[in-house]
Amino acid sequence: MAQFTLPANSKIGRGRQFKAEGAKRKRTFSVYRFDPDSGDNPRMDSYEVDLDRCGPMVLDALIKIKNEIDPTLTFRRSCREGICGSCAMNIDGVNTLACTRAIDEVKGDVKVYPLPHTRVVKDLVPDLTGFYAQYASIQPWLQTRTPAPPDRERLQSKEDQQKIDEPSACILCACCSTSCPSYWWNGDRYLGPAILLQAYRWLVDTRDEATGERLDHLEDPFRLYRCHTIMNCTSACPKGLNPAKAIAETKKMLLERRH
Amino acid sequence: MSRRTPLGAVLGLGSAKEGVGHWWAQRLTAVALLPLGLWFVFSVAILAGTESSDYLSVVDWVSAPFNAVMLILFIGTLAYHSMLGVQVVIEDYVHGWLKVFSLVLQKFAHIAVAAAAIYSVLSIALGN
Repeated sequence: MAQFTLPANSKIGRGRQFKAEGAKRKRTFSVYRFDPDSGDNPRMDSYEVDLDRCGPMVLDALIKIKNEIDPTLTFRRSCREGICGSCAMNIDGVNTLACTRAIDEVKGDVKVYPLPHTRVVKDLVPDLTGFYAQYASIQPWLQTRTPAPPDRERLQSKEDQQKIDEPSACILCACCSTSCPSYWWNGDRYLGPAILLQAYRWLVDTRDEATGERLDHLEDPFRLYRCHTIMNCTSACPKGLNPAKAIAETKKMLLERRH
Repeated sequence: MSRRTPLGAVLGLGSAKEGVGHWWAQRLTAVALLPLGLWFVFSVAILAGTESSDYLSVVDWVSAPFNAVMLILFIGTLAYHSMLGVQVVIEDYVHGWLKVFSLVLQKFAHIAVAAAAIYSVLSIALGN
């Protein structure tokens, strides 16, 4: 049954305030803090950051907060250039990467939450175990029956490579999947836009020979057809990719093999 | 607490290997409802706008073979389209045993309403 009551630890309280004394250009970062081990409800801590002593991106501010103001703040980050997908979070109401979202792009206080509708491990760190298991379930590797040529790689034309250029650029940050209402309500069975984009990447790979099995695996009211073309995925993607189109193309392939 | 692996949970009972039929039928009925719905709305508007429109003129209109066939097509397509749509809403939002129960119930309800409506058209058209 649809759940009409809030689960435990859904109410967010006011947290601590950290002032930046003597700063000329200040910006307040309101950050979601939650430690499941403590048993306390989440809270919003607010940190004033001196922009004259901080890099331009939201991630720069978070690192500054952790280094200089509050070392207990927990978040994932690695490459700081939009290629690893670690620092995906909800900034100013939008799922995006903290490292590629400029502080200037946000008006007023910068509100930072973890990715929506995920189990929170701590603060801004979501549990993506199910997301990764869903990725593994689509068998994201080349599957063939024809043996590879003994003397060289499997050949592919430039046009064929172009088909997988865009879906291959996905960094699996989960911004799209966690912005999708269908994924919120049925994330245990619906694969979600990120994984379906990756499934599509193997469906259109001309070297792959498991297209039929891949389509069999996807043809399911929950795995694929929970997509109702809401398009949040495409507007959320920090890499400018189009998972919604890939899902539509997958549905067209499933239709094509029936006619 | 279950010791099942995350991958095992995701793979679950496997693919149902269906869904494309439902998806295609929903789109086909939507396309069919465009001309059928327009015809119905315009016909009712014209009927309502006629000076002499009363019970008998509506009965006459329903009795015309073309109108009767179009009405039955409209009712059938609308009920089928609605059944497919409500099924999606239930699958989205309802979980557990209540999902199966409401899926079956909404199917029965749609078929019953469609049968009653088609019977009404037939009984007028065939003059009972």
